[in-house]
Amino acid sequence: MHPVTPSHYLALSVALLLIGTAGVLVRRNLVIVLMSLELILNAVNINLVTFSQYYQHTHGQIFAIFVITVAVAEAALGLGILIALFRNKPTVQADEIDLLKW
Amino acid sequence: MNFLDLIWLIPLFPLAGAAMMLMLGRNLDPQPASEVALAPGLEHTHQDHGHGHGHAHGQDHGHAHGPPASPLRFLISWICPGMVLLSFLLSAGAVRQLTATESKVHEVVLFRWIAGLPFHLADGRLASFGADWGFLLDPLSSVMALVVTGVGFLIHVYSIGYMGHESGYYRFFGYLNLFVFFMLMLVLANNYLLLFVGWEGVGLCSYLLIGFYFHKKSAGDAGNKAFIVNRIGDAGFILGMLLLFSVAGSLSFLDVRQALAGMHPEVAHFGVLSAAALLLFVGATGKSAQFPLFVWLPDAMEGPTPVSALIHAATMVTAGVYMVARSADLYVLTPQTSAIVAGVGALTAILAASIGLVQNDIKRVLAYSTVSQLGYMVLALGVGAYWVAVFHLYTHAFFKALLFLGSGSVIHAMGGEQDMRRMGGLKDKIPITYRTMLVGSLAIAGIPGLAGFFSKDEILWQVWSSPLGSQALWSVGLVTAGMTAFYMWRLMAMTFFGASRADAHTQAHIHESPATMTVPLIVLAVGSALGGWIGVPKLWAAFPDSFRLFEHWLAPVFPGVHGEHAAHHDTSIEWLLMGLSVVVAVGGIALARHFYQVRPELPDRVAASAGPLYRTLYNKWYVDDIYSFLFVEGLCKKGGQAMGRFDLGVVDGGVNGAGWLTRVSSVVSIWWDTWIIDGAVRLTSFLVRVGSYPVRLIHNGQFQTYALYVVAGVLLFLSYYVARS
Repeated sequence: MHPVTPSHYLALSVALLLIGTAGVLVRRNLVIVLMSLELILNAVNINLVTFSQYYQHTHGQIFAIFVITVAVAEAALGLGILIALFRNKPTVQADEIDLLKW
Repeated sequence: MNFLDLIWLIPLFPLAGAAMMLMLGRNLDPQPASEVALAPGLEHTHQDHGHGHGHAHGQDHGHAHGPPASPLRFLISWICPGMVLLSFLLSAGAVRQLTATESKVHEVVLFRWIAGLPFHLADGRLASFGADWGFLLDPLSSVMALVVTGVGFLIHVYSIGYMGHESGYYRFFGYLNLFVFFMLMLVLANNYLLLFVGWEGVGLCSYLLIGFYFHKKSAGDAGNKAFIVNRIGDAGFILGMLLLFSVAGSLSFLDVRQALAGMHPEVAHFGVLSAAALLLFVGATGKSAQFPLFVWLPDAMEGPTPVSALIHAATMVTAGVYMVARSADLYVLTPQTSAIVAGVGALTAILAASIGLVQNDIKRVLAYSTVSQLGYMVLALGVGAYWVAVFHLYTHAFFKALLFLGSGSVIHAMGGEQDMRRMGGLKDKIPITYRTMLVGSLAIAGIPGLAGFFSKDEILWQVWSSPLGSQALWSVGLVTAGMTAFYMWRLMAMTFFGASRADAHTQAHIHESPATMTVPLIVLAVGSALGGWIGVPKLWAAFPDSFRLFEHWLAPVFPGVHGEHAAHHDTSIEWLLMGLSVVVAVGGIALARHFYQVRPELPDRVAASAGPLYRTLYNKWYVDDIYSFLFVEGLCKKGGQAMGRFDLGVVDGGVNGAGWLTRVSSVVSIWWDTWIIDGAVRLTSFLVRVGSYPVRLIHNGQFQTYALYVVAGVLLFLSYYVARS
């Protein structure tokens, strides 16, 4: 049985980051895009917590808690925007929301 | 009581009367509505009659269905003549006190009327153009004031009877009083500008009174004609007045007189003074009905007869004569203008008299007679015999007022008939009218002893003897005297003698006029008979100087004519000329008597044998037709058409041309805008569009694409740093 080393945590973090990034970039459902964003943030958290443990230093953990707080706020804000958007244009498909072009 | 300082009140009495009548008169003498409704019908019947006869006078209508007289009407009959009587008494009192003064001039200035405007005079001096509301009583204006108020009063009294049956009674008297007011302003003013106020005012009243029967088209036209013709003269008057100001530096009579005293007569050249005098005389030709502006006066007979007597015989038409006499100081300096004045006077006298020979309308004969007598006065002015002109004005006021009022009485008796061909035999039916008119016509004919003789003979003698006069002018005057006698006796013969030519209905109604009409006739007849005895010729040495009061009274006003009288003349010539004029007068009467009483068929035969001449005279030398052709048809109508064409061609053409030009330039401008300006703008936008095409491809609005770019960018930077390290 191999011990769980920081490299494993970091690999998990990279995997989550890539999954999240891919989700943001390719999924069409906005709710899922938001959830993918959360994945990215959690990848960062894992990263922070890993190094916090590795260096025996609490700064990383405190920073992770900050990120969770910001993520909550960001999720609330994102959902709020999503609902406001839905009132104007009854869709949650990202490719149908293209008002930003020229 | 000091009347002299109260002369400003003289005009105010009639003004008060006029104000009362014109503001309150309607209440004193209500006009029934039916009378107004009648008017269009009246006009129609009048147009059915020919022009010369049948302007059936309002009277006969009045008799038939006159409004019931208002009980307050008598107030009008008292107030208006009363006001003029007050003016007369005040004038008489003032004149009486004037005789006692040393200078024989009294000036009352009430207030500054027009404040001075600075003006540079012709010679560079600075003067202020202004005028006072001031009154001047001197011998000349006192004569005029007495004539105006005296004769005016008699005519007012006469009108009570004559207009008694008319509607618009208050209106008539209001206008009449207003007229007397303006006339008194005219003669009592102390400067030209205030005189002009009266001058225009009498013109206005003349218009109102000529058009008194305003429902008759001919009356309205005649009023317009009088007004318009007078305007021409007034333009001359204004210009003359301003020109005179530019020389004399003042408009006050006394100042002008002083200024002119130092100037030299314009004997050799026609200078500014001559021009001013001529322009003033143009004004006089309008007001005093001289050739070529006399045409309004005969037409003015459309007014009620008392108006003809008051305005167009006794007073208003004398305004021009008065004004020239008032400017005598100017005219003695301008012998060339004086010669023109004399020529115009002589021409008018003989022209009008010759027309008077053949007219059939009784008032028209008298109207031309007036024009002719005014010609005499102007002739006298032209030869420098200013006092004689005023003397004739004064005697003429008596007998012409008398004749007009008498003719009014005749018309009254004939029930509105004015054509002498339908009169005759009235001698015994209206004896008072006959006798008074006999005096009047003998006076105007120049029978010795009566007023007209003295003034007319004096004019003829002055024309002969004055340095400005000539024998040619004298012979014109003499011929005119003969014509005057002829047409006056013709009028008398056709009206009063022979058998009556009126129809039975009219004959049955012939009646003598009421006392209010005959008493003024009698008073005027006395004046016509005796009025001349204050101007007895110097030749009649048997009479003391008190019989030559008139000349002495006026002497201070008028300057002597330059060049002085031809040295002591031979009195035998004067006797001869006087005898000649009497012979001509008597001869004229005898000829008329022969023509119209002894052999009544002669006139028609003479008329037939002298066809063209007769027709020329009958049609008044075609002057009216010439004016109509030249001015009414030519200047107004053709000129109007020409101006219309000018408007259409040049003015509208200019406007249209400008419009066309604008349109052409706007086409160019549109092309420029569309292709050059808009093209540049669109080219710019097109270039931007083309340039932005690749960018647009990236910018597709999908936030995930943008996120992809961000990720790609991050990877790019990351790989850069990885590669560097």
